[in-house]
Amino acid sequence: MNPISFLTQTLRIAIPYLFAASGGVIAERAGIISLSLEGYMLTGAFAATLGAHYSGSPWIGVLTGIFGGLVFGLIQAVASIRYRANQVVVGIAINLLAIGVTRFFLKLAFASSSNSPRIPGFGGNQAWHGFDNPLLWLGLIVAPVLAFILYRTPFGLRVRAVGEHPDAAESLGIKASRIQYISVALSGMLAALGGVFLALDQHQFTDQMTAGRGFIAVAAVIFGRWDPVRAALACLLFAAAETLQIQLQGNQFIPSQFIEMIPYLLTIIALAGVVGRAVPPAALGKTAE
Amino acid sequence: MTGSPTTMGERADYAIRMTGIEKTFGAVRANRGASLEVRAGEIHALVGENGAGKSTLMKILGGLQAPDAGTMEVNGKDVTGWSTRDAIAAGIGVVHQHFMLVPTLTVAENIVLGMEPVKGIRFDYATAVANVEKLSRETGLAVPADRKVAELSVGEAQRVEILKTLYRGARILILDEPTAVLSPPEVRELWTVLRRLRDGGGTIVLITHRLDEVVEISETITVMRAGQTVDRLTTAGTTPAQIAKAMVGREVALTSRDEASAVGAVYAGGDDDRSDVEPGFHPSDDMTSAIRVADLVVIGSLKTRVVDGVTFSIRPGEILGIAGVEGNGQTELIEALAGLRPLESGTIRINGHDVTRENVLERRQAGLSHIPEDRHQRGLILDYSISDNLVLGRQTEFSSGRGLLNGTRIRENAKAQIAEFDVRPPDADIAARNLSGGNQQKVVIAREMGQNFGVLLASQPTRGVDVGAIEFIHTRLREARAAGKAILLVSAELKEVLALADRVAVMYRGKFSKIMPASEASEESLGEYMTGSKTESAA
Amino acid sequence: MSARFREQLEEALFPPLVALLVALICGDLLIMSYGQSPSTVYRLLLEGTWGNAYGFGQVLYKATTLIFTGLSVSFAIRAGLFSVGAESQLAAGGFVAALVGMGLSPRMPWILAIPICMLAAAIGGGIVGGIPGWLKVKYGAHEVIVTIMLNFVVLALLNYIVAAKIHVPETLHTPEIRHGGIARLDSFIPAFHGSAANLSILIALLTAAVVWVYLFKTKRGFELRAVGLQPDAAEYGGVSVGGIWMRAMILSGAVAGLGGINYVLGYKQYYEEGFAGGAGFLGIAVALVGRNHPLGVVLAALFFATLSQGGLAIHAFVPKQMVEVLQGVVILAVAMSVPEVRRALRQARKPVAA
Repeated sequence: MNPISFLTQTLRIAIPYLFAASGGVIAERAGIISLSLEGYMLTGAFAATLGAHYSGSPWIGVLTGIFGGLVFGLIQAVASIRYRANQVVVGIAINLLAIGVTRFFLKLAFASSSNSPRIPGFGGNQAWHGFDNPLLWLGLIVAPVLAFILYRTPFGLRVRAVGEHPDAAESLGIKASRIQYISVALSGMLAALGGVFLALDQHQFTDQMTAGRGFIAVAAVIFGRWDPVRAALACLLFAAAETLQIQLQGNQFIPSQFIEMIPYLLTIIALAGVVGRAVPPAALGKTAE
Repeated sequence: MTGSPTTMGERADYAIRMTGIEKTFGAVRANRGASLEVRAGEIHALVGENGAGKSTLMKILGGLQAPDAGTMEVNGKDVTGWSTRDAIAAGIGVVHQHFMLVPTLTVAENIVLGMEPVKGIRFDYATAVANVEKLSRETGLAVPADRKVAELSVGEAQRVEILKTLYRGARILILDEPTAVLSPPEVRELWTVLRRLRDGGGTIVLITHRLDEVVEISETITVMRAGQTVDRLTTAGTTPAQIAKAMVGREVALTSRDEASAVGAVYAGGDDDRSDVEPGFHPSDDMTSAIRVADLVVIGSLKTRVVDGVTFSIRPGEILGIAGVEGNGQTELIEALAGLRPLESGTIRINGHDVTRENVLERRQAGLSHIPEDRHQRGLILDYSISDNLVLGRQTEFSSGRGLLNGTRIRENAKAQIAEFDVRPPDADIAARNLSGGNQQKVVIAREMGQNFGVLLASQPTRGVDVGAIEFIHTRLREARAAGKAILLVSAELKEVLALADRVAVMYRGKFSKIMPASEASEESLGEYMTGSKTESAA
Repeated sequence: MSARFREQLEEALFPPLVALLVALICGDLLIMSYGQSPSTVYRLLLEGTWGNAYGFGQVLYKATTLIFTGLSVSFAIRAGLFSVGAESQLAAGGFVAALVGMGLSPRMPWILAIPICMLAAAIGGGIVGGIPGWLKVKYGAHEVIVTIMLNFVVLALLNYIVAAKIHVPETLHTPEIRHGGIARLDSFIPAFHGSAANLSILIALLTAAVVWVYLFKTKRGFELRAVGLQPDAAEYGGVSVGGIWMRAMILSGAVAGLGGINYVLGYKQYYEEGFAGGAGFLGIAVALVGRNHPLGVVLAALFFATLSQGGLAIHAFVPKQMVEVLQGVVILAVAMSVPEVRRALRQARKPVAA
């Protein structure tokens, strides 16, 4: 097995996870459960496809993709914060909604129920192994940047305070709901970038192209114990396992289904506290009556 | 009224003036025309019983809630309905009863939250720590600036709360029940800090229901009752009895004890005169105990011995009252007795039967009844009907052998209990949530006392209920004693313990610091044991 | 009608009505964006579902699985647990039922064979439900996340077993069962010809009735609901909270697993990869809209089945994907209006005077 191809393929698989997991971390640190990452990614991928298709520019695709994620993030935010809806239910509803909306408009825009026409993307020079894609670089720095925001800025301090004890933050004049709105909106945009990367990388949108990647990101958030850098490492670990499975396809040591299970099994083990218990932010999912 | 606002100083001197404040939460009118006037530079006590509306009034002052009606002025300016942010900017600092601290953040982070020092776009943590340490030195409030709040003691956490307000330049400090969780040395330290702040020109409003504190620290007093301001007093020249009278709105009933003891004596056959139970009374001497507890130890959430070797027994027809500042292990003791909390060591016997290893249901079958201290959390299922709540814990009794609930019997039981315990409205289908506090408590009492039992654990049985219900409940407890039941009564209200109990135990830091006959006890003598200023190992 | 019953009814009925209104408006917009007339499309939707025997049969078939998964989710919610595991429990139930059905002798009387297969389905689902229950009680692991993660693990495991061990070549399904099949409705009522509706619908309705009796008429149901509403009060009432959670998760899984019979015993006679097809997740929506009451669940299952089948009926005019959007909208609208309606109603009600 070629170590360079292993590394580049791992990165390419990991980038969507890195974006989505970062989105999950920021929303959950602010106290809002994020099961909607899958939906944000799918919306982002589709919106990017529309933008890139009609403008001919991948950059416009990036912007429209982010906008798509923002809209869905705001739906999650309004439902969970303003209307205090059960955040798990909202997440599931957003995922269903994203599937429905993208399929409906795929049909409306491209008269297809499976895929869009080819769209422009970034880079593509074989010699660069994908490193000529600016989104790949963005994906690599998103976790460190998020860690800086969370741990080194006043905004990050407030996010952490709100996710643990919103009343304490409120009593100091911080608008907890505003912090949560901003965090969830950011979450939607970040996760959407994961979908944007997928669509531009594959030069098209295909029905349900995110294929559960949002849930792998959820697993990474928990396995990474709600820390941006640890979550990013979890993403890389999961991606490496997938790469291994792809590159070993010839010899059937381990059935692919068992590789698929790895992120989820590790997360369940982490939750049960076998190796250092994963403790979520104290106010995660709680809405005041 | 012993004082009127006009005699207390010129208008301009007032740091706070609140008038005609109204606030309703759903069914509860927390404030009905409440008022408060506090002069600049004084320590002002805001007193009243649980549920009198003190905390609500202070939340309105602090901008956490907006009043439905009324006006408020701070330093002569109209600030009615302002926000938390406005209140902070105007120099108001609130130290809440339940700490508003983020346990996963450090002391310095908690203090500067919302007003973080920055360097460029970065949060300047080093400066935050330096600022907090400087403020800590200046005020004498020692805190470890770089430690996580989760690792602090309660006293330290409270100092962080006070520093939070001072960091924001608070000149008017409101403290909601600040001593409820403190040990006596910590209380003394708090008084020193508050006096120093006052001497530095600060204004302090202290919310409390403890009269000894009021007399010790305050200069003026506002008394609230049932959402209204009923009196303003100058502390000098006011006795605790006068304050108490204003708080409850009538002479405090300390008289009923003798008569009640007489009833108990009659039941016990005359030859067993309970009024002279000796303090050194030893449980093993008495084979007729309804409940006997020996060397009970309970480990609390912080791995400390919250109940630390408690031994006592109660005879049929006797009420043992437990007095003590809340948080000295009373809650844990009762829960351990009821089977809701694991024991570290010790034994519990009910009517001679060892129940130490038995669960809640088995203890109930052995004759234990339990009025829990928190009816909203434990005592009732708020969304269950009255009739269902009346069989909670007895669901097996009201089921057939096949596990089907017997609806007819549940309804009949409800009908009988509602009539006997005067629950209003008398509709068995109403959800417990929709009853008043007093009637909710009557449902709990009907369930626990309307059945056959030998031993009753009554924890804060009259908390948050109206006067009529208090009398009803007291009568029921006395009747149960007369009928030969053994009752363990825990109450935060000293006068309730003194009025009902035959013997009084004082609980302090997980131990019984004293057990004495109620006839020998007074608020003053108990107070000394309650605050740990006097100790004596109880038998 | 007692006051309390009316209150509960109001709290239960308002959110779905609000949701229906919102969904209709969204539907209008989508239909018009496709250049069609909403009234025509809605009429087609109704005609294609409740307007003819085949369509109605398909609605019944789809509703059957949803009744099971909706009951499963609502049963757990009644115990205070949010289970997202119905999807894999359903699959596991179907899989185990197929395995057992493949092994039964065709000479066995059907009165024995069908219950054995049903029991197998329930056990399969119950095991998958029991794992998160055990992890919650023993280690405090949050059931929402564990059930989500376990869905992927169990589905991957089933896919592996089918793909590697027992599939019919060139397909993703197992061989047909030898015994234990459940009769289609068209063998009694010929008008249903062609639809997948089968007698499982009766088992679903019976299960709903049993769940209702269990929840509201038995001691265990009394205790289970107490734990769901106020665990501290239930514990005070002598109920073992952990024990109830464990039992609730196993039974919830068993009910979802039983749903596997609709496809495996009643329709295809074999287990096929992906047959659950989101019915488990939709069970959450069914429970939510049905307000966790068995009767509500049955009605909500019919509603979602109608939407799903209706999508096919209107496909000539508007993409059937429209109904997927509407499903999401309905769930969101109900989730958002439940706390809002409860608060508004409680505020409006005058407190009962003491």
